Amino acid sequence: MKAFATMLENLVFSPGRNAKLAHLVAWLRSNSGDSRGFGVAAVTGDLSLPHVKGKMIRDLAASASDETLFALSYDFVGDLAETVSLLWPQDHSHNDTDFALGDIVRQIQGATRKEAEAIMRFHLDRLDQTQRWALLKLATGGLRVGVSARLMRIALAQAFDQKVEDIEEIWPLLSPPYEPLFDWLEGRAMRPKSEGKAVFKPLMLANPLEEADRQKLALSDYQIEWKWDGARVQLVSAEEGVRLFSRSGDDISAAFPEMVIDPSFKGVLDGELLAGTPASLGSFNDLQQRLNRKKPSGKFITENPVFIRCYDILMQGGQDCRHLPLQQRRVMLETLMGTIDDERLDLSEMIAADRWEALDEMRTNCRANSLIEGVMLKQKSSTYQLGRIKGQWYKWKRNPFYADLVIMYAQRGHGKRSSKYSDFTFGAWQDTEDGRVIVPVGKAYSGFTDAELQKLDKFVRDHTIAKFGPVREVEQKLVIEAAFDSIHHSSRHKSGVAMRFPRFHAIRWDKDPEEADTLDSLRRLIS
Amino acid sequence: MISEWAYPRPEGLYIAPLDAYIDPVRPVARALITHGHADHARAGHGQVIATSQTLDIMGLRYGTDFTENAIALDYGQMRSEGAVQITMASAGHVLGSAQIVIDYQGKRLIAAGDYKRKYDPTVTPFEVVPCDVFITEATFGLPVFTHPDPMAEIEKLQNTRALFPHRSCFIGAYALGKAQRVISLLRLSGYDAPIYIHGALRALCDYYETQAVALGTLLPLPEKPRGGANKELAGQIIIGPPSAIGSPWANRLPDPIICFASGWMQVKARARQRSVEVPLILSDHADWTDILQTIEDVNPSEVWVTHGNEEALLYHLAKQGRDAKALAMVGFERAEGDEG
Repeated sequence: MKAFATMLENLVFSPGRNAKLAHLVAWLRSNSGDSRGFGVAAVTGDLSLPHVKGKMIRDLAASASDETLFALSYDFVGDLAETVSLLWPQDHSHNDTDFALGDIVRQIQGATRKEAEAIMRFHLDRLDQTQRWALLKLATGGLRVGVSARLMRIALAQAFDQKVEDIEEIWPLLSPPYEPLFDWLEGRAMRPKSEGKAVFKPLMLANPLEEADRQKLALSDYQIEWKWDGARVQLVSAEEGVRLFSRSGDDISAAFPEMVIDPSFKGVLDGELLAGTPASLGSFNDLQQRLNRKKPSGKFITENPVFIRCYDILMQGGQDCRHLPLQQRRVMLETLMGTIDDERLDLSEMIAADRWEALDEMRTNCRANSLIEGVMLKQKSSTYQLGRIKGQWYKWKRNPFYADLVIMYAQRGHGKRSSKYSDFTFGAWQDTEDGRVIVPVGKAYSGFTDAELQKLDKFVRDHTIAKFGPVREVEQKLVIEAAFDSIHHSSRHKSGVAMRFPRFHAIRWDKDPEEADTLDSLRRLIS
Repeated sequence: MISEWAYPRPEGLYIAPLDAYIDPVRPVARALITHGHADHARAGHGQVIATSQTLDIMGLRYGTDFTENAIALDYGQMRSEGAVQITMASAGHVLGSAQIVIDYQGKRLIAAGDYKRKYDPTVTPFEVVPCDVFITEATFGLPVFTHPDPMAEIEKLQNTRALFPHRSCFIGAYALGKAQRVISLLRLSGYDAPIYIHGALRALCDYYETQAVALGTLLPLPEKPRGGANKELAGQIIIGPPSAIGSPWANRLPDPIICFASGWMQVKARARQRSVEVPLILSDHADWTDILQTIEDVNPSEVWVTHGNEEALLYHLAKQGRDAKALAMVGFERAEGDEG
């Protein structure tokens, strides 16, 4: 429990992905057994202790301390589990025993609700403060340490020197405490087999198409499709059932129950999840609504349909087709789709271009459709491999939009950038009853060089007019040319618009803020 | 009644038979100073009575002309002024810190100033002196504050450093007391490499050395390269005032692990708000347990509680049956970011 608690605390304070990864790897390597397996599950949110509820924590709180002192303390600390862990009277006579996390989890899992509380009390009496905090956090499932299942799998791969793809492939077969996984990783057993199971196959990814690539590529060697702006998904239909996976390999079946009803074939399809129906596409925002609901109601699903635009086939029946060339897989995919009459699935059409100029024009014109963000070029002879393979698949995004916007707020960055103001909020002009004012429209923290960051940081320090915790409000005098992929209506933002992937394109030290763009002009870019 | 001759005035706690103030917040004719932190020790008093170390520290900070008349009174020494006796007892807070003991008309008042009971190799430990009225601080006057073993905090820091050998390590620590305590604890843990210190720490570290507090090799930071970080600082420990990490000075530190040594670090949200990667729960103030223990040890008939979270402490002392009251002092409201 001690090692887990220390690791968890380190994760809480680690500013970035790399630091979190280093702590996870160190912990994975220096621990063993159930405790490690359940610890992995706790961190990724896959551990469930249904008997421990918020009410139990409040009951424990009542016996941790006097009511008035507890209230004053909770008010100061702001987190219930942490307050209980700090106030729980420590019994120093038990100090040297280290209880295994695995044992504690198994005890609680095997207990009734009443017994579970007694078990919690027993351990709270014996653990030190950091461990009490870790136990309470784990038990209530509110870890929030910023570690996705994907990051955990990368840590496992690093810790045991295996390919992350090999872990991804069997991950869905496993459940806490993952004994077969660790038996394999530590050389005690073979890798668990995935035949017949509905498991995620690691994705093939595309490289951005550079100017130089266009010089040497023969367009005729490539299959061209639109690049759809949805969410990459993988639909797996196997003997054991149907599952939908996200780009990172997370099982998102529960969020899209309508997609995992037997689609009358067995196999694995790669495609883009889009809002609406093939006949009537919804917006990315519509899709976002669905992605945000982990367990949507039947009514919500009917009102917000989604479908998968399929572009590849990885398995057909029990046969793996990833080693076949794309050309051949495409024929298989088209044949299969021809036999399926299902609103939930359609085929990503191929587009024809014999010259780069023609393709460039199509790419540019696709701006009219906000759901297309460019074109994909896939070598016809490419087999389906893991990751970004040079020369095989390319994405050629349409050009971004640009707007001149005024910096309004700045915040210090994290990690290497923690001494610099590197996260910026910028705004556009809007006419209001109180006159013409600048309203915030987006945030960006990339697209500038280190030297430019130095200057931006100095600008913020020299022009601060107010401080709100870590945020500084600056004089509205610096214009930046922001680039963004698209812009949408948003009810969640005060300005009513939301940008996709805004970043710095140029800093216009020369430009008068009066000449910055207006909210109206941004609205006109919404397609 | 002690409260008839010792009571708060806008300038500070007034001791009538001495016509003097304890830790006054504005210039007065006569001041008794508990220790050298800026919120207690200010320049411009006509006369200052304090330990010789506190006087030295005030001289370093404000220049030797900080008062017209400095009177040194060291631990255990007594000074009689008519019917009043003044004695200094160690407070264990920072070098030179004292509890000011006033005996008058057969009653004894102690203004403990800031104090602590936890291990600190740089100071004389807190001395328990029985009294009638004990004035305690309440900076950490909430039961959530039970500061851990200081060496365990150093171990936490070293474990993280071992994981990131190519990163520098910045420890934010206040220039008087905390910085030297952190350095001493590092030395005690066996860390004997040179430690780099921010310029703001130099004079006080040198002074601690003259007072037989060995701090090992302390280097100034190497010249700053243009725009980037000093590669030679990778893997090194750099100590500076907490505010330094947010300033352009910090640009020279390669990918710093940011640490902050303060009692406030016990609450995770406080550490996260400051983007601290390794919170070192190290305080020069008594935690909740030690405040209560000290009151039990000193066993006064009355407790006066000043600056800090007095609400919880007053409630708890009342419940214990102690006679306790808040001493409303001006100028001592302590923000969370302040010295702690």
